[in-house]
Amino acid sequence: MTALAFVIGLLYLLAASLFVVGLHLMRAPSTARRGNYISAVGMIIAVVATIVVAVVTGAHSVWGWIALAAGLVVGALFGAIRARTVKMTDMPQLVSVFNSVGGGAAAAVAFAEFVLSIGGTPLQVSESIPVVLDVLIGCVTFSGSLIAAGKLQGVIPGSPITFPGARILNVLVVLVAVAAGVLVIMYPTNLWLLVIEAAAALIFGVLMVLPIGGADAPVIVSLLNAFTGLAVAMAGFAINNQALIIGGALVGAAGTILTLQMAKAMNRSVGAIVLGGFGTADNASGASVNQDMTGVREVVADDVALQLAYAQRVLIVPGFGLAASQAQYELAELSGLLIKHGVDVKYAIHPVAGRMPGHMNVLLAEANVPYDQMLQLEEANAAFDNCDVALVIGANDVCNPMARQKGNPVSGMPILDVDHARAVVVIKRSMSFGYAGIPNPLYTDAKSGMFFADAKAGLGDILTATKEYVSA
Amino acid sequence: MTVQLFGNLAIFVLSLLVGFEVISKIPTTLHTPMMSGANAIHGVVLAGSIVIASLADSPAGYVLAFVAGALGAANVFGGYVVTDRMLQMFNRPKAPPAPAKSSPEDAS
Repeated sequence: MTALAFVIGLLYLLAASLFVVGLHLMRAPSTARRGNYISAVGMIIAVVATIVVAVVTGAHSVWGWIALAAGLVVGALFGAIRARTVKMTDMPQLVSVFNSVGGGAAAAVAFAEFVLSIGGTPLQVSESIPVVLDVLIGCVTFSGSLIAAGKLQGVIPGSPITFPGARILNVLVVLVAVAAGVLVIMYPTNLWLLVIEAAAALIFGVLMVLPIGGADAPVIVSLLNAFTGLAVAMAGFAINNQALIIGGALVGAAGTILTLQMAKAMNRSVGAIVLGGFGTADNASGASVNQDMTGVREVVADDVALQLAYAQRVLIVPGFGLAASQAQYELAELSGLLIKHGVDVKYAIHPVAGRMPGHMNVLLAEANVPYDQMLQLEEANAAFDNCDVALVIGANDVCNPMARQKGNPVSGMPILDVDHARAVVVIKRSMSFGYAGIPNPLYTDAKSGMFFADAKAGLGDILTATKEYVSA
Repeated sequence: MTVQLFGNLAIFVLSLLVGFEVISKIPTTLHTPMMSGANAIHGVVLAGSIVIASLADSPAGYVLAFVAGALGAANVFGGYVVTDRMLQMFNRPKAPPAPAKSSPEDAS
């Protein structure tokens, strides 16, 4: 081991440690930002160390550097500009795009390693296996994440897309990808085999995500995030680079944990989401069906304002409808007004409110809601028993009491105990079903009032009416 | 060769376990920024792009160096910047608007 290799090894170790410490600090809101900085410092160290070793030992041609530099400029500009300008509501799809490019980069690294070996020493099995796995996983996440981003953005229909023979096509494509991969390992000098493997994997990524419903897309994004981590780790095996192995494995583990937690909070199993997409298409989410109006008590903005102004404790339950109509600013203004008036206002946030776990917290934070006002599921459920008014905005399944009974699509799902509040107001555009496709008894409860409105318009009306009551 | 492979495998498996341990304790409040932050970390693939660019000696190699460099750089820069943007909003400690401005630093 040369002195240079030793120093680089130490720097990689330092970088890896900073990744771990950074992730660790991201556990609490007060330290999370510092955690991200520390992780970024680790990244700078890893990249600079790699540049140094490449300059000293590599550089077969100046064209390699020129191509790299051009790529860096293009990629860095694209990434930084999109990251600076994206709207917070569009965050899930941008994360998905950044995940996609990571997978693509990992596959490109494996390809380059393979191209290099064709002109020089053929790959050993211990190198060709990671190359094959890297190309397979990297290409699937590249195309799959782009499709998922398209679904979240609305460019591609969010409803599951299926067609006759899709299942057979899936099986065929997987067989082609695997067969080509095995052949690459047996004949590690044939570039076309690797190209065929990559093409089949790209097609499979598309076919895998197309049939998945928009509501499940975040779980898939998270799963593909884990995949990208593994692809990067495989790239590390292929070029014998420990920074890639460690960074990739950390993210592989992170993505897996997140995926499982997300699926659990949505009361879905990862297997059912992925396989459900493959075969059975979709059954429940014919969301055009409406709940019966019987027993519904309709209220208007003035009633709601009166209730809120004379309450002592109010819990706000924001749901997807709030994010969809971008009403977080009106909501924050309303709660600010009530707090100034002496009302105790907190937010009860379900883990999957918004489009991604934790997305609602980001949206509220953007509207200047301090994070100590945001209660997580357990804290919120303890608070509902003592709450005068629960204001539900565009949320449905996450507060459906039927989850406590057996034998329906939401059975067993962790819910917010909104029905424990003394009074409930629901802002909702119509009586349409949520994703689970079942009625919500909360809406017909005697203590519930339904305010039919778009979240933004409805909150605006309530805000105006509330100002009347709390002024002076 | 086998010694090197075994060393890499050990690093891989232990990193997976560390990842499970560190990440399983993150509250749902921070899941979105955390996912984005983890996303940025797999941008370390950029180091791989640099290695292959330095070894490239054919037109195909140059094209791949460009592609890997562009995609990797987008991953790293975009990932860290967007994560910071999210966390910056979380850090704004404007709880009850009055009480002094000392609280942010005593990160208990």
